[in-house]
Amino acid sequence: MNEREDVILSARGLRKEYGSGESLVRAVDEVELEVARGETLAVMGPSGCGKSTLLHLLGGLDRPTGGELWLNGRRIDELSERASAQLRRHEVGFVFQAYHLMDELTAQENVELPALLAGRTPRASRRRAEELLEQVGLADRAQHLPSALSGGQRQRVAIARALANEPQLVLADEPTGNLDSAATLEVLRLFETLHATGLTLLVVTHDERIAATANRLISMRDGAFVDETRLTGGTMGTLADLAGLGS
Amino acid sequence: MQQEVVLAMLAKEPSQGFQLRARLDRALGPLGEAMNVYVLTPAGEERIAEWLREVSWPKPDLAEFHLKLIAAAAAGLADPIGIVDMQRRELLRRLRDVQRAQMAEPDHSDAGLLLEGIVLRLQADLRWLEACERNWSDRRKRG
Repeated sequence: MNEREDVILSARGLRKEYGSGESLVRAVDEVELEVARGETLAVMGPSGCGKSTLLHLLGGLDRPTGGELWLNGRRIDELSERASAQLRRHEVGFVFQAYHLMDELTAQENVELPALLAGRTPRASRRRAEELLEQVGLADRAQHLPSALSGGQRQRVAIARALANEPQLVLADEPTGNLDSAATLEVLRLFETLHATGLTLLVVTHDERIAATANRLISMRDGAFVDETRLTGGTMGTLADLAGLGS
Repeated sequence: MQQEVVLAMLAKEPSQGFQLRARLDRALGPLGEAMNVYVLTPAGEERIAEWLREVSWPKPDLAEFHLKLIAAAAAGLADPIGIVDMQRRELLRRLRDVQRAQMAEPDHSDAGLLLEGIVLRLQADLRWLEACERNWSDRRKRG
């Protein structure tokens, strides 16, 4: 395998500007990024640093002012609106802070929807939704409406929905932003499972817990990347060490 | 008082007791009395360099870390933001370890509860580091 095939997503000199002249805002300022296939990458920064805008650009939800974007070896920043929508449907999954589930549809129907929109048969869509709900531990909640689910459960339904069309890449915007500590842990466990299946996950967040579980952490300030850390753990101590009882 | 803090304050220049005290007063509020002249020795310099690199966790000392940044900046010993970054990397590494341990625990276990406490403390410290970084980069921008 050559090096290019190892990179699923890349950005070159990516820019997003709003306004002009005196009031010009560089929301994303000359970002260079390469995301390796199978990697879990966290982009962290304070609100307003441009991380959500970056995620929207990477997923084709918004158009850059300048620079290039490549997904699976194909340039995507110049695609037509229609081709871009196709791409979002088939190659990228999205997870948002506020879940964005359809209130009037059951958990299962929510998960089926993207598969149906992508042209799968109702039967295949249903089977896929059942598998996914099983995978996120919510098979027994399949017929519930979102209003009957907890925040953590809703987010897991949303994650299942993001996977409906078997994307290789999932982009998540503050996925634990509305969740308490226990629900955050559920989502972290789920991300860990997905990582093990080879999924590439890019999360923008200000939750240190997500950042700490990623393979790579990028800090963003004022639209630009300012620091990068590889957190290769594996040196797990005993509970006493972690709690400082030994020292 | 941590002796390293006093050493670091000396790294800027030899000082009389009252000057040292004034510097510490600015960083911490009013302290005690002193009148002699103090000079930093090579052993003292070495100790400071070591101290600036130390990470005190799981028993973090906020006041000491705060003084470390002030002393490093005042004496031009190290970039305070670099110290913050180093500290953050170390805490994130620990958070990663604790979180992995927590993810491996069954729900409602006793160990899980302790691990959650450690996670919350690490998060609090990481947020404080963020505030430190913001503060020191603002100071740098202001010149």
